[in-house]
Amino acid sequence: MNTRLVGLMRKEVLQIVRDPSAIAIAFVLPVVLLLIFGYGVSLDAKHVPVGVVVDAPTPQTQAFVAGMRESPYFDVREYGGIAAAREAMQERRINGIVWLRGDFSRRALTAGDAPVGVAVNGVDANDARILEGYVQGVWVQWLAREARLRGGRLALPVELQSRIWYNPALRSRDYLVPGLIAVVMTLIGALLTALVVAREWERGTYEALMATPVSMREILLGKVLPYFVLGMGGMALSVAMALWLFHVPLRGSALVLFGSAALFLLAALGMGLLISTAAKSQFVAGLIAIIVTFLPAFILSGFIFDIRSMPEPIQVITHVIAARYFVAILQTVFLAGNVWSVILPNGAALLVMALFFLGIVARLSRKRLD
Amino acid sequence: MPARIWALTVKEFLALLRDKVSRMALIVPPILQLVVFGYAASFDLNHVPYAIYNEDSGAAARNFLARFAGTSIFRPVAEVNSDAQAARLLESRDALLVLHLGPHFTRDLLLHRSAPVQVIIDGRNSNTAGIALNYVSAVVQGFNEQWAADHGWDHPPALLKIRAWYNPNLLSRWFIVPGIVGLLTLVVAMVVTSLSVAREREAGTFDQLLVTPYRPLEILIGKALPGLIVGLLEGTGIVLIAVLWFHVPLLGSLAALYLGLIFFLMSAVGVGLMISAAAATQQQGLLGAFLFLVPAVILSGFATPIANMPPAVQYLTYLNPMRYFLVILRGVFLEGDGVSLLWSQYLPLAAIGLLTMATAAWLFRHRLY
Repeated sequence: MNTRLVGLMRKEVLQIVRDPSAIAIAFVLPVVLLLIFGYGVSLDAKHVPVGVVVDAPTPQTQAFVAGMRESPYFDVREYGGIAAAREAMQERRINGIVWLRGDFSRRALTAGDAPVGVAVNGVDANDARILEGYVQGVWVQWLAREARLRGGRLALPVELQSRIWYNPALRSRDYLVPGLIAVVMTLIGALLTALVVAREWERGTYEALMATPVSMREILLGKVLPYFVLGMGGMALSVAMALWLFHVPLRGSALVLFGSAALFLLAALGMGLLISTAAKSQFVAGLIAIIVTFLPAFILSGFIFDIRSMPEPIQVITHVIAARYFVAILQTVFLAGNVWSVILPNGAALLVMALFFLGIVARLSRKRLD
Repeated sequence: MPARIWALTVKEFLALLRDKVSRMALIVPPILQLVVFGYAASFDLNHVPYAIYNEDSGAAARNFLARFAGTSIFRPVAEVNSDAQAARLLESRDALLVLHLGPHFTRDLLLHRSAPVQVIIDGRNSNTAGIALNYVSAVVQGFNEQWAADHGWDHPPALLKIRAWYNPNLLSRWFIVPGIVGLLTLVVAMVVTSLSVAREREAGTFDQLLVTPYRPLEILIGKALPGLIVGLLEGTGIVLIAVLWFHVPLLGSLAALYLGLIFFLMSAVGVGLMISAAAATQQQGLLGAFLFLVPAVILSGFATPIANMPPAVQYLTYLNPMRYFLVILRGVFLEGDGVSLLWSQYLPLAAIGLLTMATAAWLFRHRLY
């Protein structure tokens, strides 16, 4: 490597070391965010407060309520009447009501269509649906028990047997943590470089650089390489936390993981440099970085909201979000293994985006002052 | 308002809006993002791609599969005839689930025996998998009821009758869009404030401001007003889009909504100014903005319920202004809450606002280094 480039990189490294905020971005940001996310974000509802109203206790109703009490998903609170339970739900003290009416046992034993009245607070639709699923589980177990007591088996025409691949226990943390790495890396990549060119423009040092014999290519390489090393350090730290702190399994190879991370980081750094080069003012570059990085990577990457369920035009938009490809690779490499039919197309998309961003930056950066 | 505070506010607005790019950055992205995110951010599944692995040629199997073909929730992508083919489709994410009917499906049913149906689901996104499984069991339950009635099977002794309050069709858009209103308002407030002091410090103009007769309180008001005004205007636009474009019902009173918006903006602007006043460079200001913004969104209950968090993290969320604002937004939009029900949310917001603004004013003159 030529000495001019080494000199430029040395200058950039010194700048990083002297304003510790860049090191903080690469190492403190991922640790803080992964800790908060890893512990804080979960879609697995447990101990959901649910009100139970039993108008006339009988062995049948007792078995039903006992099934709910045994389930780790419910925190059962009994109410003497439906009016009290309704009031508790309005005040958001409980998320659902299970109501067994006075004629429950009589109808269950004779006609066989005794209604179990279930009301759920539907404001958080996802949560409500999960709660419904849990109540259904209790109901099926109760049916099986009643059938056993009558000396038979529960006879449903079709019996569903589900097998869940890759994450049989449906631990939401196992897919959220890999997705988070993509969000965190988006922030690191863009934050590291979003201000570096604009800062030099603002302080006039870019002009000084242009007056030296270094080529534009060397200036850009000198900016990308040190931050690339920092970003990969942040990535290694994030992966280490995922594996050893949150115990997410890694079923694919580390090589694929870091290879795709390198491509993604180049794309993210390229986007940061593009913002910085186009804005020429740190203030404007900062505004744009806040707006275009975090929320799109959070909402449009498939990290938490399923892309295939979005309307077509929105699905098209998600293709310009680099995090989308990285999330797909991360979730697959962590939970499923080296599935080349997922890794290759997404890796290729990352490569194209990295080349695109860096190419535009190279075109925009000429030795001109206008 | 004294004329000189007004002069300061005008100066702040000029600094913010003079540049064409930053003017655009304030107005266009929030509106675009609301529309895009409003459609994108949903836990409801549509067009779930599934593969059929059917080894039975009987009428009952066709009847069963027709129930899946008949909803818009599921979209068939392939018919396979071996486990290996099914595995490949799942692996490459071309199908989210595979329905496997064994060779004796119809025979079993006609003999009054339970017929097993196997679903294999890609669990890489466990939430999607769980929801899809719920949809599948709903379809199966529908088939079971029909078949039991038509072929004289015993009734199950009890049936679930489920009703959802406030959001009867369980549209997650109704839950998410008010949340996005809060998200974007927060981003706008952070964008306006988090770099404003750091930028002046870097340029040296903040020292000039400090040697003028302005008191820190006046500087604070001058710096805070643009954030409040821009936030109020954009917040109004965002609420209008939520109601008119996404048809989210707005059941509660506007007074309750705006009181919440004002208190929330106070606290968001306060946090932004505090970060900005503590930062020596804009790079540090930007880092601070993200270090606040990201946890504030994640720990707000926007996408994942606070009740699912461990107790220690739940206590942490009490420091988060977004947490209170989301309760206000969802309460006012969906449950029709009025002002009197929401004081427990307004007061913490006001307290956070006063505390952070006081810290910011103090930091104007006493920075750490």
